[in-house]
Amino acid sequence: MPAIGIPRALLYYDYYPAWKKFFEELGLEVVLSDKTTKTILDSGVKVALDETCLPVKLFYGHVDNLKNKGIDYLFVPRLVSVEKKRYLCPKFLGLPNMVESLMEELPPLLDFKMDLSRKKREFYKDLYALGRKFTINPFKICLAYRKAVKELKRYEEKMLAGFTPLDCLERGEGENREKKEAAISLGEGKLPVEENLRIAVLGHSYNLNDPYISMDIYGKLKKMGVKIITREMISPSAQMEGIKNLRKDIFWTFGKEIMGSALYLLDKEKIDGVVLVVSFGCGPDSLIGELVERIYKRHRNIPLLFLTLDEHSGEAGILTRLEAFVDMVKFKKESA
Amino acid sequence: MKITFPHMGSLAVPLKTIFEELGQEVVVPPSITKKTVTLGVRHSPEFACFPLKVNIGNFIEALENGADTIIMAGGVGPCRFGYYAEVQREILTDLGYNFELIVLEPPQGSLWGLLANIKRLGNHRSWSEIWEVINIAWKQVLALDVLHEMSLKIRPYEKKKGATTVLYERAQKLIVKARTHEDITWSLDKGKELLNSVDKKTLDRPPLKIGIVGEIYMVLEPYANLDIEKTLGEMGVEVDRSIYLGHWIKEHLFPKAFRSREGEEIKKVAQGYLNHFVGGHGLESVGRTILYSRDNFDGVVHILPFTCTPEIVAQSILPEVSKDYKIPLISFSLDEHSGKAGFVTRLEAFLDLLSQKKYNQELKGAV
Ligand code: SF4
Ligand code: SF4
Repeated sequence: MPAIGIPRALLYYDYYPAWKKFFEELGLEVVLSDKTTKTILDSGVKVALDETCLPVKLFYGHVDNLKNKGIDYLFVPRLVSVEKKRYLCPKFLGLPNMVESLMEELPPLLDFKMDLSRKKREFYKDLYALGRKFTINPFKICLAYRKAVKELKRYEEKMLAGFTPLDCLERGEGENREKKEAAISLGEGKLPVEENLRIAVLGHSYNLNDPYISMDIYGKLKKMGVKIITREMISPSAQMEGIKNLRKDIFWTFGKEIMGSALYLLDKEKIDGVVLVVSFGCGPDSLIGELVERIYKRHRNIPLLFLTLDEHSGEAGILTRLEAFVDMVKFKKESA
Repeated sequence: MKITFPHMGSLAVPLKTIFEELGQEVVVPPSITKKTVTLGVRHSPEFACFPLKVNIGNFIEALENGADTIIMAGGVGPCRFGYYAEVQREILTDLGYNFELIVLEPPQGSLWGLLANIKRLGNHRSWSEIWEVINIAWKQVLALDVLHEMSLKIRPYEKKKGATTVLYERAQKLIVKARTHEDITWSLDKGKELLNSVDKKTLDRPPLKIGIVGEIYMVLEPYANLDIEKTLGEMGVEVDRSIYLGHWIKEHLFPKAFRSREGEEIKKVAQGYLNHFVGGHGLESVGRTILYSRDNFDGVVHILPFTCTPEIVAQSILPEVSKDYKIPLISFSLDEHSGKAGFVTRLEAFLDLLSQKKYNQELKGAV
C-alpha cells in the first residue's frame, strides 16, 4: 500500500478529515508529520527566506519531518480558491513550487490544484487526475470524493457545536468523550456561567490550533476561566452577515472569515473582548487586522488585543499580555 | 472637485492630463520625500507593504494642499493591492480628513464600469471627448516610456556623470507640456534628440547588462527603489527594466484581447519553476529572469517591498532559477528602513562578481 505524507500544518486544520478519507478510500496509507516541536520549526526556519510568514516556515518544517517516514508521495496541494470569487493568499498559490525549490531530496510531490473559483467541472477534472494516479476506476474516485465531502461536513458541524479542530482531529472518536470534551472546550464548568468572560479568539486556524505555535492561547485562557469563542463556531452565514456592510467584498477566504466573525460578534453577540492573533509577515492579516482594529475602536467599546506571533515569541510574554488583557476585560465588565 | 492620486514613477503625468483636460482641478501630491514616507509610515499598519505607506503619505500631503477627491486603482486579489483603497479610506477618515476616495477598477473584469466612473470624474463630458483625452494621455505614457528606455541605454556611455539624467528630465518636461497628438510627436522627437546629444565616451568593453525584475511599484518609483536605475547606470551598467507604466495599464485596465502576448511567453518559460499565477508580479519575476538569461544578460536585480507576498514566492524560487540558468541574481527587499549606503555596497559587490564572470569568459573565449 503506497503511503502518502501530509504535513500537519496550514490547511491540515481545515481539510485533513476530507483528505484522509479520500486517500484511504483510494487505498493509500496516510502518514502525518509529528506534532510541532522546536526541531520541526527550526528545520523550517532554516530553509525559508527570512521574511516568510511563520505558518509557511512551519510548513517547510513539517515537510522536512515527513522525509524520513518512508512515504511514497508528499501531499502539498496548491490551494488557489475554496469558493467562488475568493482566493487564498499568494503563498498558497505558490506553495508546491516554493517547497520544491527550497528543499531537497523530497519524495514526489502530488500536485493537486484546488480552485473552486472556476467552474466546478474544472475542479472535478483536477480531482479526477489526482485519483487516476492510484486507481483506474472512476467510480472509486467519485465515491472517495463523496465520502470525503461527507466527512468534511461532519467535521465542520462538530466545530460549529463547539469542538475545537484539535478535539476532533487528535482525540478519540467516542461519542461520550466528545460530549465531555465539548463542555471543557467551551470553558464552562469552572465558574458559574454568569461570571464567565466571553472572549473571541480570532485568527488563522493554523496558528490558533497548533498549541506550540499559539503558545496554547486557548489553554491559557481556559485556565483563567474564560469562555472562548472561535471562528469555527460562527456559521458561514453569520460571517457573511458580518461583512455585508463592507464597501468592498473581501477577496481572501480567511480574511472574510476573520473579518466576518469579528463584525458579526461586534453586532450580534455579547462578547467581552477579542484577541486577534496574526503571524509576523502575513500579507492579508496586515490589512484585515488593521481594519478590524479600527472598526472596533470606532464602533463599540470592546477591548481588542492584537497578538503578533513569530518564531521568537516567548511564552512568558504572551502569558503576561493575555493576563493583563483578561484583567482589563474583567475590570471593565465589573465596573459597567 | 479637487482631484489627487498617488505617485508611482511618472503616473502623475497622464492622470494630470486627463483630469485637467476634462476641466477638473488637480492637486498633484508633492514629490515623494523623506517627509512623505515618515507621514505614511506613521499612519499605516506596521506590516502593510511599503507602497501602501507611501500612498498614504502622498494622500495626506495632497489633502493638506486642498485636494478632496482621491483616485485609486483596485483589483480583486489575491495580492494586497486590491484592498489598499479600502484600508487607506479608513486610515484617512480616522485622521479626520474630508474627502471622497474613488476606486477605478474593472468590476467583473469589464471596461465599462471603469468608464462609467471616468465619465463622472470627467465632468460628464461626451464620450468622444473623454476618449480623446484618454488617448492623449496614453500617448504621453508611451512617449515617456520610450524616453526612459533610451536613457537607460545611453547612461553607461555618458562622459560626464549625471549628464543623461539632466537631459532626460528636460525631455520629460517637454512631454508633460505636450497635450495634442502633434505636440507629443514633436516633443518625443525633440526628446530623443536631446538624449542623443549626451556626450559619450568609447568603452573598451561593452557595458554589463542587467535586467530589473520585481514588484511594479518598487520598479517604477525611483524614490522607493533608491534610484537603482540611475545608480547602476552611473556605475557603467546598461539597465533593462522589465515593467513600464504603459505595460501595467495594458495589463490592468485594458480588456483581455488587447493585452500583450508577452504574458503567455513568460508563463511558458516559468513552467518548470512556478506554474501558477501568484498575484502581483511574482510569476513575471520568475519568467523574466529566465528570459534575461536567454537574452544573454549578465545579471538580474530583483526588487520587492519587505514582506510582499507574491514576490516572496518568487524570491523563494529565484535562487534555483539563477543556478540552473547560470544567471547571477540579487534580491533587494526594501522599505522605509532601507539605507542607500548598504544598498550601494551590495550592488558594487554584485557588479564585481558579474564583471569577473564576464571577463573570465571572454578570456576563455580568446584562448
Ligand atoms: S495568509 Fe498570511 S500567514 Fe497564511 S500563508 Fe498567507 S501570508 Fe502566510
Ligand atoms: S504586490 Fe506586494 S507590495 Fe504590491 S500590494 Fe501585493 S503584496 Fe503589497
